[in-house]
Amino acid sequence: MAGTDIIIHDEKDNVGVVVIEKITPKQDCHCWIMENDKSVKIQSMDEIPLGHKIAMTDLNEGDTILKYGHDIGKVVKSIKKGEHVHVHNVKTKKW
Amino acid sequence: MEIPKTFLGYKREDGRTGTRNHVIILPVDDISNACAEAVANNIKGTIALPHSYGRLQFGADLELHFRTMIGTGKNPNVAAVIVIGIEPKWTKRIVDAIATTGKPVEGFSIEGVGDIDTIAKVSKKAQEFSIWASEKQREERPISDLWISVKCGESDTTSGLASNPTVGNLMDKLEPLGVHLCFGETSELTGAETVCEKRGKTPEAQEKFRKTWSSYNDFILKEATDDLSESQPTAGNIAGGLTTIEEKAFGNFQKIGGCKFIDVLEPAEEPSKGPGLYFMDTSSAAAECVTLQAAGGFNLHLFPTGQGNIIGNPIEPVVKLTANPLTARTMSEHIDVDVSKILSREMNLDEAGDELIKATIRVANGRLTCAEALGHREFVMTKLYRSA
Repeated sequence: MAGTDIIIHDEKDNVGVVVIEKITPKQDCHCWIMENDKSVKIQSMDEIPLGHKIAMTDLNEGDTILKYGHDIGKVVKSIKKGEHVHVHNVKTKKW
Repeated sequence: MEIPKTFLGYKREDGRTGTRNHVIILPVDDISNACAEAVANNIKGTIALPHSYGRLQFGADLELHFRTMIGTGKNPNVAAVIVIGIEPKWTKRIVDAIATTGKPVEGFSIEGVGDIDTIAKVSKKAQEFSIWASEKQREERPISDLWISVKCGESDTTSGLASNPTVGNLMDKLEPLGVHLCFGETSELTGAETVCEKRGKTPEAQEKFRKTWSSYNDFILKEATDDLSESQPTAGNIAGGLTTIEEKAFGNFQKIGGCKFIDVLEPAEEPSKGPGLYFMDTSSAAAECVTLQAAGGFNLHLFPTGQGNIIGNPIEPVVKLTANPLTARTMSEHIDVDVSKILSREMNLDEAGDELIKATIRVANGRLTCAEALGHREFVMTKLYRSA
């Protein structure tokens, strides 16, 4: 089972989590979807460290980020598939 | 894995079981800390629990102070208690409530005596309690005598992916065996509050949860100056890849597995509806939360961390686990259980849950946690508002 670079909680999710020390730009990454045990591939655009998120699809301003199959915030700056998703482009809908 | 039916614990006078055998010197108020610490320094086998409050509090805040003091003394991990306050009235209130457990407890007040003579007098009683407690033996006790509280800290995305679900897996396996379980962190369920509410076993429990969460959220909205940047999520959370409170909440929520909560407890309130999962209204700050859960009577704590929170508690052993391979490597002296192999998929959740159960029982039997060996004794009272 070794060789998983990114884990995705739920099939509905539009982000995945990097689970190796880091991924580098243009890296072909192996992703594993926990919910249904499926595998998908994605090419990264950025360097992304362990625990940080990657966009699995293109996202526009105002879109909802789904993780665990649930709403975890909104896109405030458009994001391309393979880019780093974090506080610079996503904000809470709460506080 | 077959889960052991028993563990080795200290049977107490009230029928509960301790995983530890502490003799505590409990100051009622901040100004009695010096006396309590001097006694604990004099008499081996005792620990002082200094804290910052206990004067001029009133209303619900004062009630919480008493509940925390009394609950700490009543906790089955405590064999005997010395209470020291500046004046006799509040001291006696705490002593009398702890005495209902049947354990040895004695109170002293400093006014009209002074520190030095009080220290001498208290030290004699503390010595007696310490020698008495040293003869207590561990005996076989049913696994259902475990009361396990959980709280995560310095979380990152590995918490929600692996270490929190490992705790959830343990809960799923231990709940049917009649173990008491408790989660808290009201503010950190924000974003997952409607999903969490549905986990209430009864409409009453759901309603109570909704009210508790809403009142905390209203308070946060009232007090927040702009946003909660670097408080929720913390700077550590953000460094670990957590972006929003909602993301943190759904990760946090993994700790209860598939369990449903039977009741919502006030901070430091003892559960009264029998075995099962409880939600306690607590702050999400680690030491405050664990102090409240220990005061609620929980005798062992599980603490998943991502970036490496180092908290311990003076009376309730805190077992730490992480799924973050960097934290497991760079902060190994703080990590009791390493489940980072879940991320490389060399270990599955079921196996990780079994590992955690094994570690939990070893600690219940007396194995020191990393935090205990390092001397972490964070005893932090929750204060609701300004004093009079």
